Amino acid sequence: MHNYEPFEADRAAEIIAKHQAREGATLPILHDMQETFGHIPDAAVVMIAEALNLSRAEVHGTVTFYHDFRKEVPGRRVLKICRAESCQAAGGDAIADRMEKRLGVELGGTTTDRRVTVEAVYCLGLCHSSPTAMLDEKVYALLDEEKADALCAEAER
Amino acid sequence: MSTRIFISRDAGALALGAEDIARKIADTAEEKGLDIEIVRPGSRGMFWLEPLVEVERPEGRIGYGPVQLDDVDGLFDANFLEGGDHKLNLGLTEEIPFFKNQTRLTFARVGIVDPRSIEDYKATRGYEGLRKAIDMGPEEIVEAVTKSGLRGRGGAGFPTGIKWRTVNQASAPQKYIVCNADEGDSGTFADRMLMEGDPFMLIEGMTIAGIAVGATKGYIYIRSEYPHAIEAMNAAILKAREEGTLGDNILGSPYSYDMEVRVGAGAYVCGEETSLLDSLEGKRGEVRAKPPLPAHIGLFGKPTVINNVLSLGAVPHILADGAEYYQEFGEGKSRGTLPIQLAGNVKFGGVYETAFGVTLGELVNEIGGGTRSGRPVRAVQVGGPLGAYFPPTLFDTPFGYEDFAAKDGLIGHGGVVVFDDTVDMAKMARFAMEFCAVESCGKCTPCRIGSSRGMELMDKIVANEDRAANLIVLEDLCNTMKFGSLCALGGFTPYPVMSALTHFPEDFGADPSRLEAAE
Ligand SMILES: Cc1cc2nc3c(=O)[nH]c(=O)nc-3n(C[C@H](O)[C@H](O)[C@H](O)COP(=O)(O)O)c2cc1C
Ligand code: SF4
Ligand code: FES
Repeated sequence: MHNYEPFEADRAAEIIAKHQAREGATLPILHDMQETFGHIPDAAVVMIAEALNLSRAEVHGTVTFYHDFRKEVPGRRVLKICRAESCQAAGGDAIADRMEKRLGVELGGTTTDRRVTVEAVYCLGLCHSSPTAMLDEKVYALLDEEKADALCAEAER
Repeated sequence: MSTRIFISRDAGALALGAEDIARKIADTAEEKGLDIEIVRPGSRGMFWLEPLVEVERPEGRIGYGPVQLDDVDGLFDANFLEGGDHKLNLGLTEEIPFFKNQTRLTFARVGIVDPRSIEDYKATRGYEGLRKAIDMGPEEIVEAVTKSGLRGRGGAGFPTGIKWRTVNQASAPQKYIVCNADEGDSGTFADRMLMEGDPFMLIEGMTIAGIAVGATKGYIYIRSEYPHAIEAMNAAILKAREEGTLGDNILGSPYSYDMEVRVGAGAYVCGEETSLLDSLEGKRGEVRAKPPLPAHIGLFGKPTVINNVLSLGAVPHILADGAEYYQEFGEGKSRGTLPIQLAGNVKFGGVYETAFGVTLGELVNEIGGGTRSGRPVRAVQVGGPLGAYFPPTLFDTPFGYEDFAAKDGLIGHGGVVVFDDTVDMAKMARFAMEFCAVESCGKCTPCRIGSSRGMELMDKIVANEDRAANLIVLEDLCNTMKFGSLCALGGFTPYPVMSALTHFPEDFGADPSRLEAAE
């Protein structure tokens, strides 16, 4: 579970300064920003562009290209359900459906109480034990109905 | 003396509950006043046995698995610390046929050593390859890697030695080594396991590459879905620096090399080498036109070796034991070993490192034990989302680059995903198009627009709208994508689509004789 900080320019400047001297600093800065603020605010894009001597459009283009970077703060917990081939082969469709229903939210959405954001992920590299999911950074494999229900309960806690 | 117990820290083992088992065993031993030491290696790669608990005995490590929380008390009652009898007792882990029958060159240490311990690494022939490389010098290293017959394990199978020679011969003030750890293919996890289970070896492989081509700086680009691998590599890099195996004057030699981890951001296409380089530079991960090759104009415009984890991971062994030894394994132009990954609806899921030449049927039915569901195998996708679907009638195909190409397939990164007879192949074909549409970098039309068109067509075909005509349009579209795309995302998506249609026409409502008639 993450406790994100509200966006603050000083804090953002600190993050930028930490990585600025690295080659290809954009992605490390964006990751750090997202870990801190839960998303990439437009104000941060402007600051990054200035600091790295890039155009705003360029940084914006980078942010929007990658599935990882968010426009909004996610729910308290993020549940990623694997929807790739190996997990489909091992009954993952039914498991994903079940979790969506239980949590009352579709893949890509956040529960109304903002407890859980549920997303599809395309392979977690755990396909030896499909179907799989990841709750924040904790991984789960060989999901069956019982384990899927327990995982949903854990996510909602 | 305390008894040593091994419980994996591999993400796969953790996903099956290894952390809870380790904690419970530690707590129980403490309550009982038993002196144990718990070591956390990578995984042996037999995931149907994870969480696997191994106890060190004079005769070797005795395995128990898969251990669930309520088995732990029973294990203590059965005196497992002395290898006692229990329903989960597997005997000596290394005698389990799945493990014993492998040829573990790249995975030799994985599941055995503590990946956080550089001492363990050194005690198990670590840095032997690097020491030899330092004595040999750049030209001889390149020669050895060329002679070994090693081909890129990332998918394209390009000879590694030739790539290194090009960068070696380029003159530039700065060159780079980039390790491609984006491992986005469904059904693959060998890169992840190697990074988590033997990170020092990958660092050693990259260092040898640096010496071979004159690069002093390296990056390993790891996908963000792999937090455990990121942690393992970061920890190992810090230790290697302390130890003087990274940094200036490595092991007292004139060579210097250092490296760092960079984290991807959830784009499948960033596994494509030029897209990955743009991503490392902080840009959108768009594919670059080739030429120029990365070997000439790569990261930040400098000559760059970009190789997969398994390619670089094979190098320390090749240097330590010699190119001849490595190239003796395999068949035809596929030399050495490949850590094959068994996934999907398979009974014995895991990594199986073996020489090229093993047949697909042996892998799926014998080594993999068939489906986990117990139903008949209907299809197998080899080589990730861009790989072809093979029916059991093609199970005599040997695992090799050319053998698979001859059957309109590819081995890619060595992932084998098994499907039972409940699979709907039209749905899988649609998924291939959908995946391409979602992940397309957008640079070329056949891929960006074609994949969306492909999804619509599949929907119509499934709904039986003008089926015969739309099947012909689908084939045309696949041809356009195949020949008009800049990279293999758009170019190879036709493989899963067309193989599904060719081998399983009944799922598309097509007359099985239709394709034969068209030929
Ligand atoms: C869409 C796409 C995705 C790819 N993903 C990966 C990947 O995840 N890992 C990888 O090593 N190679 C991947 N490749 C292949 C790389 O472009 C490149 O061939 C490879 O990194 C070269 O290293 P090697 O010669 O050691 O295989 C991908 C290629 C394409 C077209
Ligand atoms: S084929 Fe697709 S992913 Fe590859 S360059 Fe073209 S648009 Fe980008
Ligand atoms: S396909 Fe789901 S973990 Fe790989």
